[in-house]
Amino acid sequence: MRAVHFCNACGKVQPPVPVDYFTFFGFPRKLNLDTAALEKEFYALSRKLHPDVFGQADDQERAWSLEQSSRLNDAYRALKDPIKRTEYLLKLEGIELEEQSKQATEKARATGELKKQVVPPDLLEEVFELNLQLEELRMQKKMGEDDPALIEEISLAKLALEEKHDALLHELKTQWSEWDKIMDARENEGTESGRRRILDQMVDVLNRRNYLRNLVRDVNEVLVN
Amino acid sequence: MNFMATDYIVGIDLGTTNSLVAYMQGDSPVVIPGEDGLNLVPSVVALDEKNQIIVGNAARKYLIETPERAVYSIKRLMGRGLEDVQDELKLFPFQLADDLQPGEVLRIKIGERTYTPPEISALVLRQLKRNAERFFGAPVTQAVITVPAYFNDAQRQATKDAGRIAGLNVLRLVNEPTAASLAYGLDKKKNGIVVVYDLGGGTFDISILKLHDGIFEVIATNGDTHLGGDDIDNLLISIALDDIRGDVGLDMRRNGEVVARIRKAVIEAKIALSSQPSAKLDVDLPNGKRYQREITLEVFERMIQSIVGRTVGPCKQALKDAGLKPEQIDEVVLVGGSTRIPAVRRLVEDLFQREPRTDLNPDEVVALGAAVQAHILGGGSEVTQDMLLLDVTPLSLGIEVAGGVTDKIILRNSTVPASATQYYTTQVDGQTNVAIHVLQGERELARDCRSLARFDLKGVPPMPAGLPRIEVKFLIDANGILRVSAREQRSGQEAEIDVQPSYGLTDEQVENMLLESYDNAEEDFRQRQVIEARREADTILTALVKAKIDYAWQELGNDERRNVEALEKSLIAVKDGDDYHAIRDGIDKLNEATLRLAELMMDTAVSTALKGKAMDDADMQEGPEAGHPMAKADFE
Repeated sequence: MRAVHFCNACGKVQPPVPVDYFTFFGFPRKLNLDTAALEKEFYALSRKLHPDVFGQADDQERAWSLEQSSRLNDAYRALKDPIKRTEYLLKLEGIELEEQSKQATEKARATGELKKQVVPPDLLEEVFELNLQLEELRMQKKMGEDDPALIEEISLAKLALEEKHDALLHELKTQWSEWDKIMDARENEGTESGRRRILDQMVDVLNRRNYLRNLVRDVNEVLVN
Repeated sequence: MNFMATDYIVGIDLGTTNSLVAYMQGDSPVVIPGEDGLNLVPSVVALDEKNQIIVGNAARKYLIETPERAVYSIKRLMGRGLEDVQDELKLFPFQLADDLQPGEVLRIKIGERTYTPPEISALVLRQLKRNAERFFGAPVTQAVITVPAYFNDAQRQATKDAGRIAGLNVLRLVNEPTAASLAYGLDKKKNGIVVVYDLGGGTFDISILKLHDGIFEVIATNGDTHLGGDDIDNLLISIALDDIRGDVGLDMRRNGEVVARIRKAVIEAKIALSSQPSAKLDVDLPNGKRYQREITLEVFERMIQSIVGRTVGPCKQALKDAGLKPEQIDEVVLVGGSTRIPAVRRLVEDLFQREPRTDLNPDEVVALGAAVQAHILGGGSEVTQDMLLLDVTPLSLGIEVAGGVTDKIILRNSTVPASATQYYTTQVDGQTNVAIHVLQGERELARDCRSLARFDLKGVPPMPAGLPRIEVKFLIDANGILRVSAREQRSGQEAEIDVQPSYGLTDEQVENMLLESYDNAEEDFRQRQVIEARREADTILTALVKAKIDYAWQELGNDERRNVEALEKSLIAVKDGDDYHAIRDGIDKLNEATLRLAELMMDTAVSTALKGKAMDDADMQEGPEAGHPMAKADFE
């Protein structure tokens, strides 16, 4: 059920209720989400909650409208993007995905040490090789040299990484469906361990996906510059 | 016209070069002209020889005659600090105050006086306000003001301050390209992706919008707040100065008057080159010398290529952020005077692979859109009831974390209002203050981002280190301006926030500036209104005295006469007071009550005239000047 954002009797905006983003839109906590329906709901709620609608209202209503519409926008942003939606669900389920990496980043910067990024084991060999090649290309570019064969090799490696990346997204979608099944059968007591397992799987996929994405970005930077 | 019922909310385009004020007249927005009949008010402020402030067209001559007593393009300095205007100072004849301290809001010298950029902008706004008041015959206190979409928090805040100083309650800051899209989309209820390319006098914006059943949703925006026609002018000026040094052997760089004359000449040439294959520069120099040069369109376009080319990067970035390819764009709209340059049009056509729309007046469309938004905020009407703007923040908002790194908490192109919540704790036992450094920008390191403000959370209850949990909520409102609130969660105490804006005026400073100009302006207007109403009351009362000796008076019924006399008495009672509304009310009531009397007098006058009597004898010679019913005897 959707949270109550305005009074049904008088249509006035109400103070925000602390609910999660799924509830804010009246959606179940499921990952396969009809984004067209989400957009439609976003527009409909915007028409009712946006501060522009309250141009002539009193201060209290204007303050509530500001809070409500910022929450609406935050919720829409989190849910419309598949990755952000997954991350948000994990957070709701008590998993702080970013915490470790963010702290590591800050610590690395504060101490000046290089951040140790955990390389997914199945990529270890490939990444080692790629990093060597990238280093070589950087050096060559500095010297003003040009090695089309090396660029070709790196481009091919990049292509392979991108394919892996897409495969991970595919994997994530199957996990979504598993999660949604569990949500549909929520009353069933036996699902707690299955729930935990699927959440852990999604964390793993997202971590690998983020790693790949950063890697592809690095490669692109070297290739373009 | 009704003088009391409507509170007019105007839309204002506060431009680098020109400013305009517009309002919604029925179903369509219109620009309100100034006293000189012109729609554009040049954003020029000057002091005349008597130290009177002159704004707009009338101030332009001072740019040439006494350049040290005039200022233009002040928008470039809005919300900026001393260290980031160094480039600007080389190119523009801004004279900084001699006693300017580092960290202080800039002050510009005009003649012997100094003004902050928001004050100078406020003088332009006040002129627009007056133009609107003259037009409506009523005070104007509420406005929507447009800003470049790529303006940061400090620049927006400075604009809002300018509004306040001018005596305007700024209901909303609207991004210029978004405002343009509102004006553009008003009569065409179509859906699709629209790109607005806005190259003005000093700023460049690119916005990509999705139009959907009246919702104007900005998907991505980008730009450069220091790129526009000014840059073209400055380039041409520096080329001319080089020429003069080389050919004539004169170094005119420090000669303000000559530079001002060159500026005028290159602007005229630039404008001419939008419709002609070549233009001439002809400038008088000291010692009877002169500078003459012909510029062909081809040479001109080669000269400005590097400036115009700077718009490409932001366009590509906006497309990328929106996740769109040029072929997915349905329409491209050109805004801003600089889009009249044929080379700019070609560039836009190449970038988006479609011919841009040029049927809108690029100088006026932003103000017209602001008027539409003003109308919506005022409650709207049938024509605007489905319209809603969903705009975005152009720059990411971040917090400085350990190691001088920016931790982004609200990403650019997030729909506003947008919020983010961060949690802070203490490092030392009993610590009661926590400092937060808020940044705006896309760069990794805090020092490369724009410092918005330092917040000092005070009044944290003393606890062992790490135990307090302070929730800080950052909220970007619909104006794109940051608001911060904080609460210590364990004690539930609201933490006090001490804001030190990195650039900008404090509330107190604004308050002081406003007392000087705002109150006076309001008072001036009120007094003018009272005086005019009193004059009108005198006219109608005099006419009534005369009417009472007319035959027509006898023809009224007793009740009617008593009523008129009662209203006459009450108007006499209030007319010398200071209550405009009371006087106005008295006039209107008496006018209404004497409607029949006026008609009867008309009949008498006509029949008297028919009987061959001179009009003089009909006692109509002192026909009142004011347009009330007693004056209906105008024989057309």
